[in-house]
Amino acid sequence: MADIAVTPEHLGHSYLENTGKRKGIAAWIFSTDHKRIGILYLISLFTFFSVGVILGILMRLEMLQPGGKLFNAQDYNALFTLHGVIMIFLFVIPGIPATLGNFFLPIQIGAKDVAFPRLNLLSWWLYVTGAIVILLSLFQHGLPDTGWTFYVPYSIRTGTDVTMAVFGVFILGFSSILTGLNFITTIHRMRAPGMTFFKMPLFVWALYATAWVQVIATPVLAITLLLIIIERVFSVGIFDPSKGGDPVLYQHLFWIYSHPAVYIMILPPMGAVSEIITTFSHRTVFGYKAIAMSSLAIAFIGYLVWGHHMFVGGISETAQFVFSLLTFLVAVPSGIKVFNWVATMYKGSIDLQPPFLYVMAFIFLFSIGGLTGLVLGSLATDVHVTATYFVVGHFHYIIFGGGVFIFFGALHYWLPKMFGRMYNKKVANWALAILFIGFNMLYFPMLVMGYEGMPRRYFTYLPQFETWQRISVVGSWILVAGLIIMLTNLIRGVFKGEKVGNNPWGGTTLEWTTSSPPPPENFEEIPVVTHEPYYHPEAAN
Amino acid sequence: MSQIVEPASSDVIHGHEAHVHKDNQGAKIGMWLFLLTELLLFAGLFLLYSAYRYFHSDAFHRAGLDMHTLFGTLNTIVLLTSSLTMALSIAAIQRGKKWLSITFLSSTILLGLSFLTVKYFEWSSEIAKGIYPGSAKLLDRSNGEILFFGLYYTMTGLHGLHVIAGMIVLIFMLVFIVRDKITKDDYIKLENAGLYWHLVDIIWIFLFPLFYLIN
Repeated sequence: MADIAVTPEHLGHSYLENTGKRKGIAAWIFSTDHKRIGILYLISLFTFFSVGVILGILMRLEMLQPGGKLFNAQDYNALFTLHGVIMIFLFVIPGIPATLGNFFLPIQIGAKDVAFPRLNLLSWWLYVTGAIVILLSLFQHGLPDTGWTFYVPYSIRTGTDVTMAVFGVFILGFSSILTGLNFITTIHRMRAPGMTFFKMPLFVWALYATAWVQVIATPVLAITLLLIIIERVFSVGIFDPSKGGDPVLYQHLFWIYSHPAVYIMILPPMGAVSEIITTFSHRTVFGYKAIAMSSLAIAFIGYLVWGHHMFVGGISETAQFVFSLLTFLVAVPSGIKVFNWVATMYKGSIDLQPPFLYVMAFIFLFSIGGLTGLVLGSLATDVHVTATYFVVGHFHYIIFGGGVFIFFGALHYWLPKMFGRMYNKKVANWALAILFIGFNMLYFPMLVMGYEGMPRRYFTYLPQFETWQRISVVGSWILVAGLIIMLTNLIRGVFKGEKVGNNPWGGTTLEWTTSSPPPPENFEEIPVVTHEPYYHPEAAN
Repeated sequence: MSQIVEPASSDVIHGHEAHVHKDNQGAKIGMWLFLLTELLLFAGLFLLYSAYRYFHSDAFHRAGLDMHTLFGTLNTIVLLTSSLTMALSIAAIQRGKKWLSITFLSSTILLGLSFLTVKYFEWSSEIAKGIYPGSAKLLDRSNGEILFFGLYYTMTGLHGLHVIAGMIVLIFMLVFIVRDKITKDDYIKLENAGLYWHLVDIIWIFLFPLFYLIN
């Protein structure tokens, strides 16, 4: 490395080389470098993602034929609870912010690190601790069987080890709050000279909105979960109806967090979409301020719509009406984003690279998710499809087809920057095609079955659903095949991929100006920002 | 290795940005955000309190008669005084009076301890009367009264935990002042710890009327 003939591409050393006193794994798990922490998160998240996928596959396998041949009802309850808890709290909520956000937020604003590097490391350790506590709950008094929502009074009365699982999620909440707090402070205090708020990349804006949701919503979940523990351990009467409590209040408190949490899951992917579309259209983003502000608007309105999870849960008609109306309002800022993305592509010179294709898949899947959301947001139709496969299908189209597909797409976008190597693009495209087919085969039948009345969370079904169930099961196998190909290709790319330059895609934001992989302090010299983030001098505008 | 390839330009960076990680305003922002999360944590409980009080106003009134207003008032005075000594401790360090600051900070910690002692006697007397979560005597009473005492133990208990956490933080601050880690020129840690202590105080200011005065 101490070579005089270093090209500008590989000037100096990279964050991947150990320069400190620590060696081996200790140099990673005790590192306060935001890039290393991002990668720690990435490895942990995908480990738990794999576990969640395996649980999901098993649930689908159970549906190969009616009658519950593989698992009994109790085991099936445990399966969907664990699948939900792991996927939601250990994968999609930390999701893009903890991994790619950690890695790229400081670089995109021209900073050397986040505002509180040690808190950042602590948040990863809390994540690991929370995950271990959740796993401990599996070995005590039987697997938790409440569903990921931990609804009372069942969660208070069941003999399974809900206390441990809930405590694990409580710890994960701390991790999430610390990440949010760190990002807000970083964005306010660490921007490079010249980078005003309206010169920040849109990914940073999305992370900023998300960070506020994390800080403001998560404490409400924390207290709600704490109350379950207090009720179970000290038999205090708060939600238990036999002690005068009101379970509907639990649902209110739970969804006051868990609906905004959906925006924790989807806002960062939307930010990544803005980056990817702009880069591969080779054109300035259309409606920069509108996209930035729509992130804040989604975060804000997202706060006021929690009641749509409780339309049949015993809330008043006025409340139902108001929540339904507010729910439709969220479509406005979401629409603003989509129209601006499309307008960005208009007259751009579009380069169909893998990340851009992921965005295309996202727009298709997210549209189906959004349109089925309208069915659930309208009171009359919601009563018909509530608590059926329709909800499951809708949710997976939004979170998996929307959020997680973009997580994959963003990995394809930024991996060359993180490791200085490129994966095999042809394989990446094939993997996406297989994922796309498998995904639709898996979840579209759920929409149909739900509409025809197949309830969710049942370990068996009536013979009339057999054909659709089987298509869905086969879809799950194809999806997993796609996942394996995609991840293998990415991992191979990290270690053995072809070396690429600093800016393989022609991106204009700050991360593309530093070397790949970036040096430990991100930049050889702190940049001075003079242009808006998507400045293309060669394009007409 | 890093020394070998580090280009000359990086010296320039280090030069004009010495002590780059010391950002007092950033630390303040972080602390206020943390306080916001603490407030929201309690907000969930205040929400439950208002909902249940609305549904069971008579029972809440009756249950309130069993509370010891004297203990509550005493603790309010204790905590308010501790906030004063906390503020004085910061004022003292700003003026470079190390030992005065230590005296005030120690009094704050002692007042926190007194608060917990009073709380101990208060809870003991309630428990002696047979009013505690899950007790047969409590479960005989009306739903609203069970909820009132459920919330009473939960909210004052959680607040008590915050007092303990605050005291632990203050003990660390005390050590920092003694070892000159917190000084006239660098007292942001003490300021942030003080903010936390005031938050604990403010939450009590709301708990006090809700449980001890409205009856």
